[in-house]
Amino acid sequence: MEKPFAITLSVNSSLANHTGSWRVEKPEYVHRMPPCNNACPAGENIQNWLYIAEDGSYEAAWRALILENPFPAIMGRVCYHPCQSVCNRAELDEAVGINSVERFLGDHAIEKGWSIPPPTVESGFKVLVIGAGPAGLSAAYHLRSMGHSVTVRDATHAPGGMMRYGIPKYRLPREVLDAEINRIKDMGVQFEMNTRVDDVHEALNEGFSAVFLAIGAQLSKRAYIPASEAARILDAIKVLHDVEEGNQPLLGRKVVVYGGGNTAMDVARTAKRLGAEEAIIVYRRTRDKAPANDEEITEALEEGILVKWLSTVKHVDEKSMQIEKMALDADGYPQPTGEFETLEADSLILALGQEVDFSLLGNSADIDTKDGVMPVDSTMMTTHPGIFAGGDMIPAERTVTTGVGHGKKAARNIDAWLRKTVYEKIDNNDLVTYEQLNTWYYTDAPHIVRERLEATRRAKDFSEVVKGLDESNALYEARRCMSCGNCFECDNCFGVCPDNAIIKLGPGKGFEINLDYCKGCGICVSECPSSSIMMVPDK
Amino acid sequence: MSAAPIKFYQVGSFAIGNRLLSPEDRSIQSDPERTNALTSGHRACQGCGEALGARYALDAAMRATDDKIIAVNATGCLEVFSTPYPESSWRIAWLHSLFGNAPAVATGVAAALKAQGKSDIRVIGQGGDGATVDIGFGALSGMFERNDDVLYICYDNEAYMNTGVQRSGATPPAARTATTQAVGENPGNVFGQGKNLPRIAMAHEIPYVATATVADLRDLEAKVIKAMSFRGARYIHVLVPCPLGWGSESCDTIKIARLATQSGLFPVFEAESGEVTSSTPIRHRVKVEEYLKLQIRYSHLFSPNRRDDVIDLLQATADKNISRYNLIPDESGSI
Ligand SMILES: Cc1cc2nc3c(=O)[nH]c(=O)nc-3n(C[C@H](O)[C@H](O)[C@H](O)COP(=O)(O)OP(=O)(O)OC[C@H]3O[C@@H](n4cnc5c(N)ncnc54)[C@H](O)[C@@H]3O)c2cc1C
Ligand SMILES: Cc1ncc(C[n+]2csc(CCOP(=O)(O)OP(=O)(O)O)c2C)c(N)n1
Ligand code: SF4
Ligand code: SF4
Ligand code: SF4
Ligand SMILES: [Mg+2]
Repeated sequence: MEKPFAITLSVNSSLANHTGSWRVEKPEYVHRMPPCNNACPAGENIQNWLYIAEDGSYEAAWRALILENPFPAIMGRVCYHPCQSVCNRAELDEAVGINSVERFLGDHAIEKGWSIPPPTVESGFKVLVIGAGPAGLSAAYHLRSMGHSVTVRDATHAPGGMMRYGIPKYRLPREVLDAEINRIKDMGVQFEMNTRVDDVHEALNEGFSAVFLAIGAQLSKRAYIPASEAARILDAIKVLHDVEEGNQPLLGRKVVVYGGGNTAMDVARTAKRLGAEEAIIVYRRTRDKAPANDEEITEALEEGILVKWLSTVKHVDEKSMQIEKMALDADGYPQPTGEFETLEADSLILALGQEVDFSLLGNSADIDTKDGVMPVDSTMMTTHPGIFAGGDMIPAERTVTTGVGHGKKAARNIDAWLRKTVYEKIDNNDLVTYEQLNTWYYTDAPHIVRERLEATRRAKDFSEVVKGLDESNALYEARRCMSCGNCFECDNCFGVCPDNAIIKLGPGKGFEINLDYCKGCGICVSECPSSSIMMVPDK
Repeated sequence: MSAAPIKFYQVGSFAIGNRLLSPEDRSIQSDPERTNALTSGHRACQGCGEALGARYALDAAMRATDDKIIAVNATGCLEVFSTPYPESSWRIAWLHSLFGNAPAVATGVAAALKAQGKSDIRVIGQGGDGATVDIGFGALSGMFERNDDVLYICYDNEAYMNTGVQRSGATPPAARTATTQAVGENPGNVFGQGKNLPRIAMAHEIPYVATATVADLRDLEAKVIKAMSFRGARYIHVLVPCPLGWGSESCDTIKIARLATQSGLFPVFEAESGEVTSSTPIRHRVKVEEYLKLQIRYSHLFSPNRRDDVIDLLQATADKNISRYNLIPDESGSI
């Protein structure tokens, strides 16, 4: 350049000076694992569908959600949302109401009648799913999406498993359940209801290339309780099942429920709705030790259910029963105290947990069971090649969402097994912590508590207890998500670079680092709210 | 469905852009077509706050004037790193004369434009804190007094950085510089000296005076645009952390500016005709210590012995700012 000193210099001439050579580290855009996604038993990409919903693209958000889980409206009502328990936003103000947005999307989809298209290519493989609970239905949905011909066989009248015959309709209205299951039917999944499978091997011989077992845990656990002949002792699962079938069980005026799980809460609340004046839960241990979800305990208490913690049922008579008080020993285990109390009661409902009924394995028991459940390998396959299992019958947490996750995982592995390939899950263990976020940029916006029907009013009938969000609330809630570990295009990096070394590629396309000029200062990384850029060694 | 009818936006609301906002409501810096008054290839240090502040301010001035600006730059880092012969990073009409005369040269440019009837072309004077509060101070005061039609922007990095971190009239008390070493009983810069130029500018009762930092881009942009809506002398004082001179991590430049505001040490406000008209409230108040401890120029306050006496004096300065500029509305002001 021929320029006299101290005279006009050409515009843009400094672009010849590639300051990128100063750098020892460089920024890199990454996709990291948000804690919510990591905690979802169904493996939902929560951050992703919230991001899509944030600008009102509800259908696209719903479609992204159902790639992992076909039941957002159900989830939004019965899932215990472990995602929210780990949401990073909780440390800023309150966790994002993921579950309520999920429900909004699910309900919105039902309202709009969005459907899931059948697969475009048929694989030619036939797969049998035994059990139409959440695990079986989720497997059927995913297998069908992959082009397989799927038959679901179930012993009951209507599909849903415990979602229909366990969870009462004041928590999960049947129109919602039916709507989400019907979508799976409409994809071409065959349902054979009222068909109990007595021998799984026989089924394999019908021409199915693989079987997914998802029979749940249908047998109620028993406890030996001395009782007079006239004592009325019922089983919680049977009571709930009867109510669903329209058969009103005879419970009497005062009902005692024995157990501390969700079934105990649901059956006590159901008893009240059926007209019992008093429903009392008797449980051996303390509230914090009770397996029931705490929200459900709260809702039960709000409805006037009484609970006797640290108590056992000793003897049952026709109109009363004897309760023994327990006390915690040094190790925190309940021990009998010898102190008794008489409770007036017309019936006792046992809700002591469920066991798996393995009778369908037939005589040739070449599928291993252990401790009352069926172990599976990392591909969800049992010890019998081609027979996979999931849901309540395998060793895992017993929730609807876990079952849905099992169904998805099994479907992906069954598909691989059928095609003689291996399903490789891409593990992303790069979990985003709260400290890694730059929360300065997020507004303080507390989460909207879902309106609940007045506790006293709701206990009188089976109408739904927890209300959903309306559109503006749902949008507000979705927009509280901090997008942990994934760029949400806030333009901070693009704006804060002192060297203009970031190229904005346009909506949805993200950004690129111009390494000719990036000096590696790291400001873009520090100021990224969502921890979606990292410094990595260069050269 | 578009985001248009929704009155709130939330995800990253304080960020530079926000896809939930309509493009015209986003910051100028979020625009991929922004003018980049100061472009790549300049030789500022990694993480330079001054380079960032200058681009923020001048891009906003260009937006406000349809790109019709002329900038007069005092000697200093900004001038040196942007125009190492034979290269220039400026994409605006820009000129440099001396360390001490930028306000006077800017006055002259404004007078020349007026004589030519080119009232649409606007003049910006700019320089570091040394150029502004010390050597160019007389010229600047004259420019204010005559109410010349110039927006003067001071990029305050609190010392003479270009010549090796010497103390200026804007260096804060207790800070270590090459000429205020961390030795003796009262290490670092002395208390009770120095000049508060925004207040001095206000005393001239010029149309507009504002302070800003690189930590709040939207605020800075709004102030530059507002300044361009006035004729006459205007002054904006921008805090621009300097990783080299302050001994901070290059990645912390914006964070440090943010802590300066959130501690109350650097009050962000605007004034018209000598009266404060608004101040930016503190959102998440921090103790001054949070700000100080990220900078080696204050490390003698923490080791070998912790100097609570000095830290308390700095805290008192911050507290005074908080009450003086009402930085925490509806609160008494103590942590
Ligand atoms: C009262 C109650 C409330 C609950 N509340 C919640 C809740 O709020 N949230 C939550 O996440 N979880 C809840 N759970 C747990 C949850 O319902 C179960 O974990 C889940 O339904 C298990 O799914 P699954 O598919 O493994 O089995 P299931 O849902 O039990 O379904 C198994 C299906 O297999 C069928 N079947 C069994 N044997 C055969 C056979 N031999 N041939 C043909 N069909 C067969 C059954 O008829 C049934 O339809 C609740 C459970 C109960 C009992
Ligand atoms: C009359 C005169 N004295 C001294 C210098 C040397 N000099 C050049 S830049 C500078 C310091 C600039 O400090 P400041 O204005 O704060 O800007 P910074 O470099 O910190 O951005 C000095 C002392 C000079 N160029 N001219
Ligand atoms: S803020 Fe959003 S991405 Fe982060 S954990 Fe919560 S829901 Fe997930
Ligand atoms: S802010 Fe710019 S120069 Fe600094 S690391 Fe990021 S891209 Fe590179
Ligand atoms: S700063 Fe904003 S735009 Fe840049 S990567 Fe992070 S989230 Fe995306
Ligand atoms: Mg300086």
